[in-house]
Parts: sequence; structure tokens; C-alpha cells
Amino acid sequence: MEKVDVYDELVNLKATELRLGLPGTEETVSCGKSNKRALLDDTEKEIESTGKNETASPPKAQIVGWPPVRSYRKNNIQTKKNESEGQGNYVKVSMDGAPYLRKIDLTMYKQYPELMKSLENMFKFSVGEYFEREGYKGSDFVPTYEDKDGDWMLVGDVPWEMFVSSCKRLRIMKGSEVKGLGSGV
Amino acid sequence: MGLRLPSKVLEHILSFIDSNEDRNSVSLVCKSWFETERKTRKRVFVGNCYAVSPAAVAKRFPEMRSLTLKGKPHFADYNLVPDGWGGYAWPWIEAMAAKCPSLEEIRLKRMVVTDECLEKIAASFKDFEVLVLTSCEGFSTDGIAAIAATCRNLRVLELRECIVEDLGGDWLSYFPETSTSLVSLDFSCLDSEVKISDLERLVSRSPNLKSLKLNPAVTLDGLVSLLRRAPQLTELGTGSFAFQLKPEAFSKLSEAFSNCKQLQSLSGLWDVLPEYLPALYSVCPGLTSLNLSYATVRMPDLVELLRRCSKLQKLWVMDLIEDKGLEAVASYCKELRELRVFPSAPDLDEANIPLTEQGLVVVSKGCRKLESVLYFCVQFTNAALLTIARKRPNLKCFRLCVIEPFAPDYKTNEPLDKGFKAIAEGCKDLRRLSVSGLLSDKAFKYIGKHAKKVRMLSIAFAGDSDLMLHHLLSGCESLKKLEIRDCPFGDTALLEHAAKLETMRSLWMSSCFVSFGACKILSKKMPRLNVEVIDEHPPETRPESSPVERIYIYRTVAGPRMDTPEFVWTIHKNPEIGVSHLAIK
Repeated sequence: MEKVDVYDELVNLKATELRLGLPGTEETVSCGKSNKRALLDDTEKEIESTGKNETASPPKAQIVGWPPVRSYRKNNIQTKKNESEGQGNYVKVSMDGAPYLRKIDLTMYKQYPELMKSLENMFKFSVGEYFEREGYKGSDFVPTYEDKDGDWMLVGDVPWEMFVSSCKRLRIMKGSEVKGLGSGV
Repeated sequence: MGLRLPSKVLEHILSFIDSNEDRNSVSLVCKSWFETERKTRKRVFVGNCYAVSPAAVAKRFPEMRSLTLKGKPHFADYNLVPDGWGGYAWPWIEAMAAKCPSLEEIRLKRMVVTDECLEKIAASFKDFEVLVLTSCEGFSTDGIAAIAATCRNLRVLELRECIVEDLGGDWLSYFPETSTSLVSLDFSCLDSEVKISDLERLVSRSPNLKSLKLNPAVTLDGLVSLLRRAPQLTELGTGSFAFQLKPEAFSKLSEAFSNCKQLQSLSGLWDVLPEYLPALYSVCPGLTSLNLSYATVRMPDLVELLRRCSKLQKLWVMDLIEDKGLEAVASYCKELRELRVFPSAPDLDEANIPLTEQGLVVVSKGCRKLESVLYFCVQFTNAALLTIARKRPNLKCFRLCVIEPFAPDYKTNEPLDKGFKAIAEGCKDLRRLSVSGLLSDKAFKYIGKHAKKVRMLSIAFAGDSDLMLHHLLSGCESLKKLEIRDCPFGDTALLEHAAKLETMRSLWMSSCFVSFGACKILSKKMPRLNVEVIDEHPPETRPESSPVERIYIYRTVAGPRMDTPEFVWTIHKNPEIGVSHLAIK
């Protein structure tokens, strides 16, 4: 159609200052590429999606109103899940070397072994055995968490309830980083 | 001076015409037909409460018995419209109370309804019978009590997914002992416990009660007792099942259900445990509608239930049904017309549910009467869409939400253009379409060209340029509602197709590239459009070329509205007034 040239021109002249996304995020390009993202949470890195269905899907950035599910429905499913445990307690989980974050609800677990198993499944690693004095042995990966005071602690050092109430985020560290995180006193 | 049909004859003929679209056509023939039509229209539908003034509607249709109104734009459902935008029911209630006191039915969707409104309804309409509020907010249980107490002939009271200030369960006790007219009661969205004895008595003295939808606070015992008193129910929304399963409780429940031989629709089922499902088996063969979308039941328990539902026409479930469950649906539910599959964990990165595009493909193949689909899925393929289009050309409503924004065909890495082309081309009766996944401008060329009957189109995270909007606005002959979010275009196509906007009910665009300057031009060019800029920041404080957060454009004969909040900027037709927001309560 005759208008195409005008549009081509406009596309070329597209104000490059204007783009989708929050400040501090990367410009993304469409047309056949599969790694387009918008509205990134600016504290999280994004990955290139290969488009393949990996078992751990990339984190869904916190986009307002997406997916399009009515708040009424969201609240009702959430509430039903949380009813017996009170408020859900969602914390981010990162693993060194893995390009994505996950989020889990700590209130869904009753004790450490359940949590560990779930993390192992999620990130496809094994955590080794926990020893009170020496920490985790038998694996390069060590689960740690940031507590309310901002300190990084070894998962398992404090009683479970205390852990659930003080844990702000989880990080599965890889071997070399772990020195200095002995069992808490 | 040709032949004139006597108005009495015309009136008689019109009494057979219910469809408002037809009546609208009738009213355009000539003045006398307009007059006769308006005096005989009983059911009035206003799709956008700001398109016309309440006074004008009341004046035009003095014999109005039923009024249906819609307020906020559809995307308000997903929190894209800030609170306080508008959609107030009060001016309408006030006007009708004054001019149409014989009004019997009011149905409101996405509107702000206050207790004052409800009290006014109760006080003004002597023959009031039907109140249906869908996705409304702004009222409390006190307002409901007023309706219950005063409307002597109340037949229908339905609160569907409303946000209600719940002051307790007393409202139910306001139904007088003399009230026996109830046909339908839906209080499923309320939180508080109602007195079960009040409810039992109400149900007992309502022989015409056909539809009852309870809130989660009603226990299983309560449910059993109510079912015993109302075995004639055709629609039931249960309360919560979240209680210990006692052996005698189960058999009582089972028995109660088996006595409801006319039950066709079942919903609620919050917290239903798999062990309870067998209690429902006796009603399954008669069910035409089943809403399991709040029931966290998984496979394989779902199959046992579904395979007994051979007459099922409408099924709402969560993705917990998995592809496997949908295979069962395809095998057993041959009468299926509508399928909705919702995500069980919309916000969380939980372990993958085995629900893929194959689930929908299998249902499309097995259920020949399938015409309405809403499907949430992490990713999709063109091949699946092609199969669906080929197998189900009779689709009328196709809403696919690929949850991953910009997700391409995960097998070929291509955009989903071909797939949606097939849908648009193949499903010639398609009236409603929602697209998602990675889509280029091309997809919209196909949609514009082929989707001739589509009235409502929803688009998110798609397209490359203004071409996309250009294709849609120059095609899509029947387009009435277009809603777009996060797409990279704006001004040019919008201005070029300004005239098209007057043929539509509304256009919503958020997080796109529409500039304030373009909005001003559009508003000046089109006197019968309200161009609303919805933005936290005053548009004049930024360059004219900078994009605004949201625009909502709709045709109207009522002029700019007077009830806009701070963040809504109406561009006045008179450039001297410029931009303003008049906040009048």
C-alpha cells in the first residue's frame, strides 16, 4: 500500500529516547528475536530466552495487570492457599551461576529438609549434608539467607520458626564464596 | 407523503422485536418510527455510561423497565485503571428515580455504587425486582440490607465479584418474613458469616428459588440444610468445603445432592478436597455448567468428576486440569461450548504445571460445539493455532493468554503471526479476540483483513510500529472495543483513522507511544469523542511529544464529563480552555 514508505520512514525516525520499560533497563528489539522483555524489575538481571521450554522458566517480571487475571480471582486463590498458615511469606531465591531468580513461599514448608528438597529440585543441584559446626559438606553449593539485620547466615543454623520469620531472601552460594559463614553462634 | 403505518400497528410489530440493535435500526427509519420505538422500549442497554447523559436516556425511554449500564473500561479488571477514575451510578439512579419510577431491573457492571444509591433504589422503585451488580464497588452490606428490607417484590439479588465493605452478616435478616418472591440470590463475594437460621427460613419460604450462590463462610452443614429445603435449585454456588471430613457428613452431603434433580449449574467449591468429590457424582450427569476455577483439585481426581458430565456445556477450571484432564474433557464432554482455563499461580514461579497448547488442541478436536475459549498457557505454537482454527471454524470467542510476554512459537522461534492469521481467517464468526505472544505487524494485517465480525479486540505486548494500529483501524469492520497495552506505536495511525473511532464504543491504550500533542489534535478534530488522558503527571509539564501513560477515547453525545478526578485530563474542544480536570463530586 502507498502508505508503507511513510511508515517505514516513521519507524526509522522513531524517537529513540522513548522506549518501553522502566528507567535503568535495557532497550529491547522485536521482530523475530525471542528475548524481548519490558518493564524489568531493575534489581534483577534478565536472560536470553532460547524459547525452549526449560524446566525452570524465567522469572516473570512484576508487570502491572499481567497476566490478566482479575484481582478478585487472584485474591481468592491466594487466600485459600494461605488460609491455614496465615500470611504467605515469599522470598526470592538466587543461585550463583544461575541466570534467573525464583520466588518461594516459606510458609509452604514445615522444616528444613522439605525446603532443601524443593530448592534442590528447583535449581537442579544437591546441597550436601548439614553439620552444626562445619556447615554443609559434600557439595559445592551452600544455602544461605539474608536475615532481618542484613546479615548473611547459613540456612539451618537457627530453629525453623525463627528462620521463617527472619529470612528476607535466599542465596545458594557456590563453594569458594562460603568461607566466613560458619555455623552461627 | 407516502403510506403511513398507523402507530398502533407499528407498536404491535415492535412488541416482537427484543434486540436493541434492531430497535436502534428501527428508530433511524423516520421520526414517527423513532417516536413509536422509544415509547415502547422496555429494556435499555448503555454500554458506556459516559456516552450519553442519564437525563437524555430517561427522557427518551419513558417506559423503561430494565436498565443495564457499564462503567469502567475492561482493563480496570486488571488494575490498569487507577482508583477513582469514575463510573458512578448515582447520577443514573437519581435520574431514573425522578423520571422512570416504574423501573424494575437494574444491572450494573464495573461501576461505583454507594449505599446511597442502593437506598435510593429501594426507596424509589415500587416494583423493583432485579438487582445485578457485577465487578462493582463502593457499597457496604448496609446498602444490601436496604434493598432486602424494602423491595417487596425482589426476585433477583446478585453480587458478582464485587468489592463490598462487609459490616457483618446481618443484612440477610432484613428480608421480611413476608418476602417469598426470591428466584435468585448470589452473595458469594461477601466475607462475613450470615445467620444460617435466617438463610434457612428465607430459602424455605421462597418456593420459586432457582439459583443460590453462597459465600465461603457457609459450612457444609449449612449447605446440606439448605439443599434439603431447596431441592428445586437449578443453580448452586456452594460455600467452603474446608472442614474435616466426617463419615456421616459425607453421606448427608451426598444424599442432599442426589435430591437436587434439577441442578444444572454448580460453582463455588472453594477448598474442595478430592475425598468430597464423589458427593457430587449424582448431579454430574445433569450438569450443563461447572465452575471449578476456585477449586484447587488436581489430577487425577478431576477426571472422575468430568467423565460423568456428559451434558456439560460450560467448564471453568484452573490449569491444574493439565493436558491429561483436557483429554478427558474432549472424550466425555461432547456438548462443550465454553472452556476457560485459568492459571493457578498467576504471580509465582512455581514448578511447571503440565498444561500446554496440546490441551486446547485436544479439546478443539474432540468438542465440536466449542465456540468460546479463554486459555492461559505459558507458551504456544503456530501449529497448535492452525489446528484449532481448522477444527473449530465455529469459534465465536477466542482469548489466548500466553503468559510469557513476547513468547514466540517455542518450537520454531517464529512469531505467532501465522497462527493468529489462521484463527482470523478460519473462524469467520469470531466476535471477540485476545491475542498474545510474540506478534509482528503482519499478524495485525491479517486480523484487520479477515476478522470482519470481531467486535472486541485485546492486545498486549505486540507489534512493531504504527502499522499495527493502522491495519486494525483500517480493517476490522465490526470493531467496537479495542484495548491495547504496551505496544510500540501511537500517534500517526491514531490520527489517520480518527473517524473510525466514532464508529466504535471505545479505545483504550496504555503504556504505548501516544503523545499528548496527538491527543490534543485528535480531540480538536473529533467533537464527538471524549479523549481522556489518564496520567499521574500533568501533561503540560512535559513536551508535547512525550508519551502519556494511558488514554481512553470514547464516542459520546454527552460532552466531556464533569466528574473527572485529578489524574484524568480531558482536552476541551475550545483550545482556550485547554486541558483541565474538573473534579466535581
